[in-house]
Amino acid sequence: MNRLFYILPLLAFLVIGGYLAIGLTLDPQKLPSMLEGEPVPAFALEALKGRDDKGFANTDLKGEVSLVNVFGSWCVACRVEHPFLMKIKENGWVPIHGIDWREPNREAGPGWLKRHGDPYTLVGDDPKSKAAIAFGVTGAPETFVVDKQGTIRYKHVGPIDEKVWTETLKPLIDHLRGQGG
Amino acid sequence: MRWIVLTLVLFASLPALAVQPDEILDDPKLEARAREVGKELRCLVCQNQSIDDSDADLARDLRVLVRERIVAGDSNQEVIDYVVSRYGDFVLLNPPFKLKTYALWFGPGILILFGIGTVFLFFRRRTINDARVGQETLSAAEKERLARLLDEGDR
Repeated sequence: MNRLFYILPLLAFLVIGGYLAIGLTLDPQKLPSMLEGEPVPAFALEALKGRDDKGFANTDLKGEVSLVNVFGSWCVACRVEHPFLMKIKENGWVPIHGIDWREPNREAGPGWLKRHGDPYTLVGDDPKSKAAIAFGVTGAPETFVVDKQGTIRYKHVGPIDEKVWTETLKPLIDHLRGQGG
Repeated sequence: MRWIVLTLVLFASLPALAVQPDEILDDPKLEARAREVGKELRCLVCQNQSIDDSDADLARDLRVLVRERIVAGDSNQEVIDYVVSRYGDFVLLNPPFKLKTYALWFGPGILILFGIGTVFLFFRRRTINDARVGQETLSAAEKERLARLLDEGDR
């Protein structure tokens, strides 16, 4: 009993310290995605001005593995990942579709793509967060990996770079293609 | 007097809501329900505010979505369930009571019981020790030795 009594503060310290050690390294902006393993939510967005596609809807996401990238001309981190998306497009690694999220006006998104290049196969305009909320998006950029059946397999929060691509996205995409998924 | 009035007025101010006039529904009953739902939902951008308190764009869009669904005939719970299906339990400012959150709900109670138990044991042990100090008597040999020591001291 006596000895236990002296160990107690140490135990309390270890327990609290343990929780803090884990808790303080977690990023509160990183939330678990509810949608991994779920079919892409229903959405239908209008096309961006000046693009010849007819808009972007969930029904477009079947038949091949693709990425759905949420971006906006106001989003600084999107500008950071943009060159890498262009690289994916130039090498034909995987089709990228875009959700242009919360543009202040109809010109902003098309203007941004004109200035920096357009890596997207299809792009939908989402000024009212319709698709973004359906996808459970909390910030931009966010990128979803969608398989051939139109099921969301993975959600990446933050910019995509070489490291994210080679370590996470590419292996997953190869795997999904391999299993016919 | 002026100062008293001013102070009272300042204390009477209410937290400002971020709900914009153009979002408010015409039907006050539906709007009241939208406010109830809005209070329950966390803004995903400024995470310790509800969507009703937050000025973030995403919070605004969520408020509009809540109102659209209420107008379309969803119950409050159906609206909340939809948002949870997109963002998870994290959007609920009031955490649900289920297996995953038992630690959250029971943890404080268990800690308090543990604390009370520790204090109880501590005091009971002390009481026993105190009692023992009062009861203990000296053996014959000890009495003899004590007398001898006292004698020596006198000399």
